[in-house]
Amino acid sequence: MYKYFPHTEDDLQVMMERVGVKNLDELYAQIPESIRFRGDYQIPSALTEEGVRQMFATLGSQNKQLTCFAGYGVYDHTTPSVIPSLLQRSEFLTSYTPYQAEISQGTLHYIFEYQSMMAEMTGLDISNASMYDGTTAAAEAMMMAVAAGKKVNKVLVSGGLNPKTREVLDTYALHQGIELVTIPLKDGVTDLAALTSQLSTLDGVAGVMVQQPNVYGIVEDFTGFAEACHEKKALFIMSSVIADLAVLKTPGEWGADIAVGDGQSLGIPMQFGGPYVGYMCCTEKLIRKMPGRIVGMTKDNRDQRAFVLTLQAREQHIRRQKATSNICSNQSLMALWVTVYLSLMGKQGVKEAAQLSYAGAHYLCDELLKTGRFHLIYDQPFFNEFYVKYDGDVDALYQRFIDAGFLGGVKFDGGILFAVTEKRNKVEIDNLVKIAAL
Amino acid sequence: MNNRLYGKLIFELSKEGRVGYSLPGNFFGEYDIPASMRRAEDAKLPECDELTVVRHYTNLSNNNFGVDTGFYPLGSCTMKYNPKINEEMASLPQFQNLHPEQPADTTEGARTLVSKLERSLCELTGLAHFTFKPYAGAHGELTGLMTIDNYHRSRGDMARKKVIVPDSAHGTNPASAAVCGLEIIEVKSLADGTVDYDDLKRIVEEQGSEIAAMMMTNPNTLGLFETRIPEIAALIHDCGGLMYYDGANLNPMLGVCRPGDMGFDVMHINLHKTFSTPHGGGGPGAGPVGVREGLQEFFPVVSPYNGNFGVMMRAYAYILSLGSEYVKEVGPLATLNANYIKESLKDVYELPIEGLCCHEFVFDGLKDKSTGVTTMDVAKRLLDYGYHAPTIYFPLLFHESLMIEPTENESKETLDEFIAVMRQIAEEAKTNPDEVKSAPHNTPIGRVDDVLAAKHPIVTYQQMLNDQD
Amino acid sequence: MAKVIEGLYYSESHEYLKVEGNIGIIGITDYAQKALGNVVYVDMPDVDDEVEAGVEFGAVESVKAASDLNSPVSGTVVEVNEALEDAPELINQDAYENWIIKVEMSDESELENLMDAAAYEAFCEKEAH
Repeated sequence: MYKYFPHTEDDLQVMMERVGVKNLDELYAQIPESIRFRGDYQIPSALTEEGVRQMFATLGSQNKQLTCFAGYGVYDHTTPSVIPSLLQRSEFLTSYTPYQAEISQGTLHYIFEYQSMMAEMTGLDISNASMYDGTTAAAEAMMMAVAAGKKVNKVLVSGGLNPKTREVLDTYALHQGIELVTIPLKDGVTDLAALTSQLSTLDGVAGVMVQQPNVYGIVEDFTGFAEACHEKKALFIMSSVIADLAVLKTPGEWGADIAVGDGQSLGIPMQFGGPYVGYMCCTEKLIRKMPGRIVGMTKDNRDQRAFVLTLQAREQHIRRQKATSNICSNQSLMALWVTVYLSLMGKQGVKEAAQLSYAGAHYLCDELLKTGRFHLIYDQPFFNEFYVKYDGDVDALYQRFIDAGFLGGVKFDGGILFAVTEKRNKVEIDNLVKIAAL
Repeated sequence: MNNRLYGKLIFELSKEGRVGYSLPGNFFGEYDIPASMRRAEDAKLPECDELTVVRHYTNLSNNNFGVDTGFYPLGSCTMKYNPKINEEMASLPQFQNLHPEQPADTTEGARTLVSKLERSLCELTGLAHFTFKPYAGAHGELTGLMTIDNYHRSRGDMARKKVIVPDSAHGTNPASAAVCGLEIIEVKSLADGTVDYDDLKRIVEEQGSEIAAMMMTNPNTLGLFETRIPEIAALIHDCGGLMYYDGANLNPMLGVCRPGDMGFDVMHINLHKTFSTPHGGGGPGAGPVGVREGLQEFFPVVSPYNGNFGVMMRAYAYILSLGSEYVKEVGPLATLNANYIKESLKDVYELPIEGLCCHEFVFDGLKDKSTGVTTMDVAKRLLDYGYHAPTIYFPLLFHESLMIEPTENESKETLDEFIAVMRQIAEEAKTNPDEVKSAPHNTPIGRVDDVLAAKHPIVTYQQMLNDQD
Repeated sequence: MAKVIEGLYYSESHEYLKVEGNIGIIGITDYAQKALGNVVYVDMPDVDDEVEAGVEFGAVESVKAASDLNSPVSGTVVEVNEALEDAPELINQDAYENWIIKVEMSDESELENLMDAAAYEAFCEKEAH
């Protein structure tokens, strides 16, 4: 007997008799012998629960625990203990997509709350039920713009987009036959003049995508962008760090048609790359072009307010090859994660966390500049992440950070991008600066 | 599960000034965010204390049904037990706190885990390499098709843009192909639901030089094993195409048959089906893609890092727990459970295709159609008895499809109780059809008005408030 | 039994075409309306858009299905039925009364490719089978 299989010998006998087989092997009598798998899988023998724990403890000890000053799209924010505890409620954890609304109101309610909160954060009208992550949400937005644009297949992408996102966009674009054109940066920010000229010289642009803050942590000024796009019937798409939108001018205020990004900055652990959650919001006008699941309000036959998956006619299981996307699921449990996070932090908390992150990053930047060994590569306003050049051996510096227990930013193109969140205290920052000053 | 509707929204519990968090003060000096950067108005988020939040979501959870609540025979979804040890392992801080940009020599444990999981999956599927970048089954499908497209492109074989898909396939298959820029050709099914080999042959003869791949599940969506798979694979390979295995139905194959041995070149696995990771109300899942030797260089970049690493940890804990001894019992026990239900109900429910099934099977509604009770009604009535409904109206081959998949974790007693209830519903359909047609009665809400929701979409709280004005 | 009206042209994808001078009035047939069920949304083109015979120009959605609209003829959209934006259910009430778009036809010879009422009725019967 095994703990996950309840079948006793007696059970097996009775059940096989009902089915009309003499042994379990006969259940597969129809399978040609030439392709049957006989023998044993070459995988480890079964471990007890204690054995599994030991195995993971050993593996865990081979990871170095570092105090994180890295960002680049993934941030080390505080996680309130309430969240993991509530997410372990098995009614949430072990349920499927809420097709049966009658016994899924829990999931449907929180997705409705999630959609409401994302719309509030981005300043746009509506949100879908979530996507896999920020990069795939950006890819979906790109495809949505092309689908909405009818017979146009060019999308302009700011050079300020994180290269990780761009790489995923390139993958989707290649297979979709979408032409991606880069909008150059000027002094570290998207060049509006270049965009305007691209919009007028390129024939048929479906969408324009920018990132806020951009890959260098710079808070860009998008005045005039939406107007330039709309004049040429292109959709304006903004990819933003959602936590920063607690205080920053929203995609809605900038005139964006679609807002996408990752929800990870709302207290989701970094866990080596996932799971996170992608968000996608848009204007009401575009609701039926939006990919993914959407939860809507309705009534039941007892006249109670109820929630249900809606606008399903857009989706893959009905539209098949004509669907706007092949996405089936959402990232439901991670959507619950950010919903609980935003419920706890509330109106004030998200602002306070953003303000602290901003202050910590500016303090670190000032202290690093004071050492005389660093300078800012672009003289532009930043939020909680900044890109500096180190006057010395960057690799050696980076290793010194690690030896002292710090993940000292992310190195790329000869510079270092440091990020600070509300989780980093002054002592940690001062210690990092001491090492940097050596 | 509580059958009284809780029904509140967190916004309705908000009171100005309340907080549910604790943050440190600012010890960094005066660094204020300039007004020019700021949004004009605060996001209208709720303001709640911690207990209010905890109670709210606990109450919401009580209006939800999960595998831990009761039997969940949802066909094609493989709602197996999600072991608790997996959750414990996935929550270890030594993994949770890893930034994906951390240098390799500081993440050795995590990377070892990934490569060990890869080796296990290779052994279980008979393929050579896996990429873990895809976040879900559909994402895996897309990744697999992109891999195939990249392979053909690399050979300058640009005409291969068609993918053969059985007409019984899940809608995701054609949708994934379309997103990959490929065109679908549907191959017909025979009356028994398996691929019509002659129709396939005709397609290959006519369009062989344009075929990029054939996508299949095996067993197929009816739970039937495609016994001619070696011939089908040979036919596709001979015309220069690749065989894609949709891993949605991998579970009954554990211990029985490996996709690589069947002749498949590329596949995805739904870790949230076969490898016991929780469905989480619709995600996160994981859809790692495996390939035959030589195809790994064509993997596309569909996500930035290691996919849903947290999900992979759970799957690895599951594989370690089962080990080589027990993993091979998964398929046979899941198959026995499905056949047991099928044989116990086929006198009252219409079984369109006789014979042994694998992990799941499809009824075409009640045998007695005179009562007017539909598959939808049966499904809704099951909710009254404390069961999740089976998958309904899929596959599209039958009008009243009712697709049942029990998984290997369910005991004979659970199955017997379910069988008894299904028989009782069949009886009620004759004696008290209105009771069944108006079901469910014992759930937090009754049947919902889908038309209202779709015609006049209200998808945020703000829209709800605007609508009330 | 679905209603079929004499004097209209019909396509195999269940659109009807009513000809008034060089203007073609396009909608979905009663048969199509019944097959779809409650219509919740009609995706329509803009005025001045070009449509092409046999090519999709929009879609009709019900709760659990969506059906592409294919234009029976080529031409330029001169009017869309804006009433359907707020009340898509009008199509269920009377599919022939509640047309979807009006098109200035560019090639009258395309009418020859369409069915008349009798042929369409026979076509539906076969399809329903």
